Amino acid sequence: MAQEQVRPNNQGEIRYLTPMSVDTRKKKYCRFKRSGIKYIDYKDPEFLKKFLNEQGKILPRRITGTSLKFQRRVAKAVKRARHLALLPYVTDLMK
Amino acid sequence: MNKYETVFILTPVLSDDQMKETVEKFKSVLTDNGATIENEENWGLRKLAYPIENKNTGFYTLIEFEGEPTIVDKLETAFRRDEKVIRFLTFRLDKFAAEYAVKRRAVRKAKQEERAAAEAAAAEAPAVEEAPAVVEAPATEANAETKE
Repeated sequence: MAQEQVRPNNQGEIRYLTPMSVDTRKKKYCRFKRSGIKYIDYKDPEFLKKFLNEQGKILPRRITGTSLKFQRRVAKAVKRARHLALLPYVTDLMK
Repeated sequence: MNKYETVFILTPVLSDDQMKETVEKFKSVLTDNGATIENEENWGLRKLAYPIENKNTGFYTLIEFEGEPTIVDKLETAFRRDEKVIRFLTFRLDKFAAEYAVKRRAVRKAKQEERAAAEAAAAEAPAVEEAPAVVEAPATEANAETKE
C-alpha cells in the first residue's frame, strides 16, 4: 500500500542531474573589434581559414559574428590569398 | 608617393641563381623608375593551393616599395612580359596596412635575430656545458661510493 503511493510521484516528472540548457546562447561578437585588429593580413592563410567553411567558402557574418566593416576586409584578404594560391578557390575537406 | 606591396610567384623550374636574378631584375625595374624599396622577403619554394599552369609549387617573393602610382603599370607590364612569373599581385597599402607592415617587419627582424642568437648560443653551449659536466661526474661517483 505504501509503495503504490510513492510511485505516481516518480513517474510524473523526469529528473536530470544537470538542468537542461534550453536558451543559453552566447552573444556573438566581432573578434577584430574586441582584440583591436585593424588590418587583416592575406599572407596568413591559417588565420583566414577560421572564416571559411570546409569547401573554402567565406562564412557569413551571421555565423562568425564579424562586424560589417571587418567582414569586408576579411573577404578582401581571402580573395587576395586565393589569387596568390595561398588558399584554394574550391576544395573539399579543407581542415 | 604611395606605399605599395607586390607579391609574385615564379615558376619552380628555375635554379636558385636564376630565381635571384629574376628578382633582381624586377627590383631594378622599380629602382630605375624612381621607387625606393623598403622591404624584400623571399618566402622560398611553397606549395600552391591549386595548380597554376600545371605547376604545384612556386617561388614567392614579396617586395614593399614607395613610389608614384605610374610605377605600378610599368611593373605589371614587366610581370606580364616575363614568362617566369606565373602569378602576381600589387596593391596600395592603406594606413592600417602600412602600420601592420612596419610591425610585421620588426617582428620578423626580431625573430631572425633571435634565431641567429640561438644558433650562436648553440655553437657556444657545448663548450660551456662540458666543463661543469666533467666536474660533476667524479662528484656523483664519489657520492655513489660513499653510499655503498
